[in-house]
Amino acid sequence: MNQRPFEIAASPQQQAGGPRLGIIMLCHTALPLATRMAEIWARGGAALVVHIDAKVHADEVATMRSDLAAHGDIVFSRRQACEWGRFSLVRATLDAAELMLDRFEDVTHVMVVSGTCLPLRPVADLLAFLAQHPNRDFIESVTAEDVGWTMGGLNEERFTLRFPIGFRRNKKLFDRLVDLQRRWNLSRRIPDGLVPHLGSQWWCLTRPTLNSILTDHRRDEFDRYFNHVWIPDESYFQTLVRRHSTRIESRSLTLAKFDEQGKPYVFYNDHRQLLEESRCFVARKIWPEASALLSHFPRPLQGEPSPAEPQPERVERIFSQAVARRRLGRPGLYMQSRFPLRDKENGKTSGPYVVMQGFSDLFPDFESWLSERIDADVHGHVMAAERVEFLGRGEIGPGGLSDSAALRDLDPRGFISNLIRISGRMQVMQFSPRDAQSLNWFMATDPNARILVITGAWAVPLLHSGMPFDDIRRAAARLQRIELAQIEVLNSVWLKARTGIWDLGDFCARPAGILRNVLRELGGDPEAAANLPQMREIAGMGRFLQRLRNAGLKPQLMGDFPAADAAMTRDRI
Amino acid sequence: MSMRNEKVRLPYFLDYYRQKGVQHFLIVDNGSTDGGAEYLAQEPDVSLWTTNASYKDSRFGMDWLNWLLFRYGRGHWCLTVDPDEFLVYPHHDTRPLRALTDWLDASAIKSFSAMLLDMYPKGGLDEQSYREGQDPFQIAAWFDPANYTIRKNAEYTNLWIQGGPRSRVFFRDEPEKSPALNKIPLVRWERGYAYASSTHMLLPRSLNVVYDEDGGEKASGCLLHAKFLSTFVGKSAEELERRQHYADSQEYMAYHSGLNQAQDFWCPESRRYEGWRQLEDLGLISKGNWA
Repeated sequence: MNQRPFEIAASPQQQAGGPRLGIIMLCHTALPLATRMAEIWARGGAALVVHIDAKVHADEVATMRSDLAAHGDIVFSRRQACEWGRFSLVRATLDAAELMLDRFEDVTHVMVVSGTCLPLRPVADLLAFLAQHPNRDFIESVTAEDVGWTMGGLNEERFTLRFPIGFRRNKKLFDRLVDLQRRWNLSRRIPDGLVPHLGSQWWCLTRPTLNSILTDHRRDEFDRYFNHVWIPDESYFQTLVRRHSTRIESRSLTLAKFDEQGKPYVFYNDHRQLLEESRCFVARKIWPEASALLSHFPRPLQGEPSPAEPQPERVERIFSQAVARRRLGRPGLYMQSRFPLRDKENGKTSGPYVVMQGFSDLFPDFESWLSERIDADVHGHVMAAERVEFLGRGEIGPGGLSDSAALRDLDPRGFISNLIRISGRMQVMQFSPRDAQSLNWFMATDPNARILVITGAWAVPLLHSGMPFDDIRRAAARLQRIELAQIEVLNSVWLKARTGIWDLGDFCARPAGILRNVLRELGGDPEAAANLPQMREIAGMGRFLQRLRNAGLKPQLMGDFPAADAAMTRDRI
Repeated sequence: MSMRNEKVRLPYFLDYYRQKGVQHFLIVDNGSTDGGAEYLAQEPDVSLWTTNASYKDSRFGMDWLNWLLFRYGRGHWCLTVDPDEFLVYPHHDTRPLRALTDWLDASAIKSFSAMLLDMYPKGGLDEQSYREGQDPFQIAAWFDPANYTIRKNAEYTNLWIQGGPRSRVFFRDEPEKSPALNKIPLVRWERGYAYASSTHMLLPRSLNVVYDEDGGEKASGCLLHAKFLSTFVGKSAEELERRQHYADSQEYMAYHSGLNQAQDFWCPESRRYEGWRQLEDLGLISKGNWA
């Protein structure tokens, strides 16, 4: 938002006396703090016009007035009741500006601050800075159609709809009025010659620019128009300045960051170093009880006043991160204050993981074989029905996760995302149609997942099980049904995971070649596939499948095995 | 807060919260016999109510607390905790509670989530004995980092969090019975508010929506739970005797059988507590946009 400033040589017409600063201070709370700030400005040689919201209690106002009575260059402007987002704030500023120009003829620059804006550097530094740029108007002013940063979905509509009531007074009515105007296509004409601009209300204008805004012959017309613009304090001067100044430096000299609600960020004691390093002139807003900041700033003048440029980038980065944390959160995190709805997770999991199905059915020692060849934690069947098979088969897994299947199944999504988030390394897990299937859609729609499946491999343990054939047939029917449903998920249009799917026949035809590719994909050395893991015997599979067919079950996932069961040859290339 | 026979905990408890900026303590004493009530009566910033009525019949003390909140809480930020619960929140080492509640006010947030984090020592509970006034987390310095289950309660819209050491040690076969860890202890109280079940959930239900559902993170803290100290074994026997706790004190029965076998909560995955930033990194709490 803030552009890099370009340097301007000090103008030769600069007055011998240098600039004099006028401060318009808007106060509505924390008057003791405002009093303190006013004294800082006055001691630095600035002229002040103070506006106190009419809603502030008379006793507090009287205290502030008497506390500041000793300073000759502080005057108080007519009090208005200001409502956030309404024209009353602009009117208060206009009144104060008129008073300023009227009472202090030597003021060359006028700056708007609030009672909770803390000067960080000596006022003399700001004067030295202004002396270097004597004819510049420092006001953030961005065309409304280009901003893209205002909050609440209203950009240009701020200027084309009417806003007779404030958002904070009656949110429902506000929204309904906006809605109605949108529906009936009611819009207002923007006065000729105005191009809506937006920006921070904390500006610093030169006297001539401010004067020509105040004395503009169409000012009544503009004031009437802005009276029903939404948040005019961010657009009135920002728009009108474009009529009267050609030397606009579109940035604010006040460090003020806003969050999504349009609420300014607050600085606390622990921001002290950050603020000092920012070299900004003024920071907004200060927590009124941040005593360490109030006693530390403004820094005393040491030697010559420094016109050095502010460097707010680091502060801005920190606050932008906070905005992102609030809006986007951390991928793969489910916790007490972040519990996204399905598909709003902004990252279902926090890092890549691999689901391998069928491999351990073919290779009994697959886990240890694989873990020697890639940089990853290779678990067993973490979704197994009986218990979670963590790497090492301990009762307690990463992060204190329990191996209890019942605990896992209370919140499987939380289980898997905890496992992935708490482990620094890539997690690899075995999977099978014998396991709990509750995460199939979650994983299939997760770009972090890599799902490698040898379909029908679950038949291999059945082949060697020695169970009665009736039981085998029942189990095969069940597992096939489950795997078919899973494959349907993996073939859906919503698939985001990366998948590799082979049928058992395919895989057995060239296990070495496929494992080599798998190792390469998982970041291992493909040549390490030269030593194949011990593979279960699959001779007899063709006959086995034929028996299933004869029993009325059609095997759909195993691929081609000759019914006569000619000896399969394993390639070892 | 309501309490019974917690005198040994009180000095540190009051100190801790005074330092955070709590201005006044409202405490219901349920028939303490350890001198705790007398101790509290002398503290200038404590208002004390005493009763010998049944804890169970008052819905585990919640009726008493709801009345106090209704009577005195209106318009204030009220923190409702047990004597063994210690609130930590983002920046709590540099910013008092008042900074947090000012920020919550400015953000139009009315309730603040702080899930219960069970803390435990390394080794048996009776190995290190807790002295009055001591920081309990010098002993109970460990916690489980990432084994919490979360489900949404459709009726009250609150999250239902379980897990941690109690789940993995005592409730691995019946996790549904594991105690709830979700808590919303800090609320800007208004007429018409009420805690529905302990501080786990509130009415009206909108106060329970302390979580973001679009992927963002709201600010949240933790209640460090100093339950598992040397004082616990005796306490659990006493509470089991009284049968005044939730669901016929099943929880205490489970503890007692477990603890009698000298159960140690510590495991190699346990983390030693280092501060709120560590909890934030682990994702147990969040700064949200409070930078």
